[in-house]
Amino acid sequence: MAYVHGLRCRECGADYPHAPLHVCELCFGPLEVVYDYAAIRGVLTRAAIADRPRNLWRYRELLPITREPSVGPYSGCTPLVRADRLATALGVDELYVKDDSVNHPTFSYKDRVVAVAISKAIEFGFDTVSCASTGNLANSVSAHAARAGLDCYIFIPDDLEQGKVIGSGIYGPRTVAIRGNYDDVNRLCSEIADKYRWAFVNINLRPYYTEGAKTYGFEVAEQLGWTLPRHIVVPTAGGTILPKIARAFEELAEIGLVDGPMPRIYSAQAAGCAPVIHALHRGSDVIEPVKPDTIAKSIAIGNPADGYYVLQAVRASGGWGEAVSDAEIVDAIQLLARTEGIFTEPAGGTTVAVTRKLIASGRIPRDESIVISVTGNGYKTLEAVRDSVARPFPINARLQEFDQLHDSLAPRPPRRAAAQP
Amino acid sequence: MPATVRIPTPLRRFTGGSEEVGAAGDTVGAVVDDLERQFAGIKERLCDEEGRVRRFVNIYLNGDDIRFLSHLETAVKDGDELSIVPAIAGG
Repeated sequence: MAYVHGLRCRECGADYPHAPLHVCELCFGPLEVVYDYAAIRGVLTRAAIADRPRNLWRYRELLPITREPSVGPYSGCTPLVRADRLATALGVDELYVKDDSVNHPTFSYKDRVVAVAISKAIEFGFDTVSCASTGNLANSVSAHAARAGLDCYIFIPDDLEQGKVIGSGIYGPRTVAIRGNYDDVNRLCSEIADKYRWAFVNINLRPYYTEGAKTYGFEVAEQLGWTLPRHIVVPTAGGTILPKIARAFEELAEIGLVDGPMPRIYSAQAAGCAPVIHALHRGSDVIEPVKPDTIAKSIAIGNPADGYYVLQAVRASGGWGEAVSDAEIVDAIQLLARTEGIFTEPAGGTTVAVTRKLIASGRIPRDESIVISVTGNGYKTLEAVRDSVARPFPINARLQEFDQLHDSLAPRPPRRAAAQP
Repeated sequence: MPATVRIPTPLRRFTGGSEEVGAAGDTVGAVVDDLERQFAGIKERLCDEEGRVRRFVNIYLNGDDIRFLSHLETAVKDGDELSIVPAIAGG
């Protein structure tokens, strides 16, 4: 049974049928899926969810599919890691990392949105899927398309990390590298999507695609025993995931699975691409686009389509946001790796660094629960930290050489004692 | 020769299905006004009541976002290409 009524413009409220449409003809506002919450309330119970397989489809009544899902049987249900050593380093009591760096199959939160988008593409009868991407989305679309047997075109900026480029190419899509930044890729893809009858997951399937991001929030609540954290810090690029995490918490309250106050939500951006944080700090609703200049390429979107909704969600929750420098991002990637054994990409480093900044400034109190959203994997972006990590010590296979080396190394403090910030 | 304007799908019902139309004007704002003269109703889709470009509409002059130029005051020459592009989700 389907619980989807159709699509509705988020700005002017105009109604549209369940179809591959993405913008309102009247005002160009984004279209959103409308659900029958009254019907879902009786069906999607904690017990029903607990009985289902551990993948993102366990929340399927709150996802916009009308048939059995075609892809994503192992996507979602990533760990919520209790991060006590990082908590000590940051000087807080209760800290968690929601770790989508180990999402299946391509190690980022995009495996959630793509599982939904490709299932919809198959429902709508498309044979070719495509996307504009800063890398992670391209990886996920390429992998899911391969498994679903769909033709695939991906469009990326020409300056991406090798891990992101090869991490798509291996699945056999046609990869097009545009000379320019993501915003240039987006503009071209909008025109391509108008001309070619493909399923562009983040263009004509956008209303469905973005719904997949809610599962990140659903899982946080379920993993906390159907309670909500007090604070959650989320990276912002195009602005998809943060408002959808907020929506996820609202929907769970709407159908009676959680209660209590909504979490405060904080946006994290790199200082080299922080159009949303600029508007937030200015107290403005108007996002001025920027030309990105940061190592955090996966979140280097200077013209964020849903930035306005990030501002709305952050402000409505009583949260805030910050931007951090590339040096702070690299430092935070290492801090997370060395305290929790989690290797994230610069987007995750951004989120950790912003969390640290918000705690230090008193925006986030030290004695309430905090979730840090890690959405991507550091093994894809080795360039970002290559020069910051100690080189191996080269020796010959002789015990004497190791003894000499060992004697020359300064003793380290015991690691059981947590690192200081 | 006027500027060329690329029309996205949601606006083609105003242009009789044309993907590309010609429109004249010294500035982007004047070109939008000329579009309105030719295709009544189209300006309301692009601009709000105060005449500002709507939040989810992007206008590019020869590939550059007019917000990096002079917004609706950006100068337009004959033969320039304007693109009207709806906002797109991240990736």
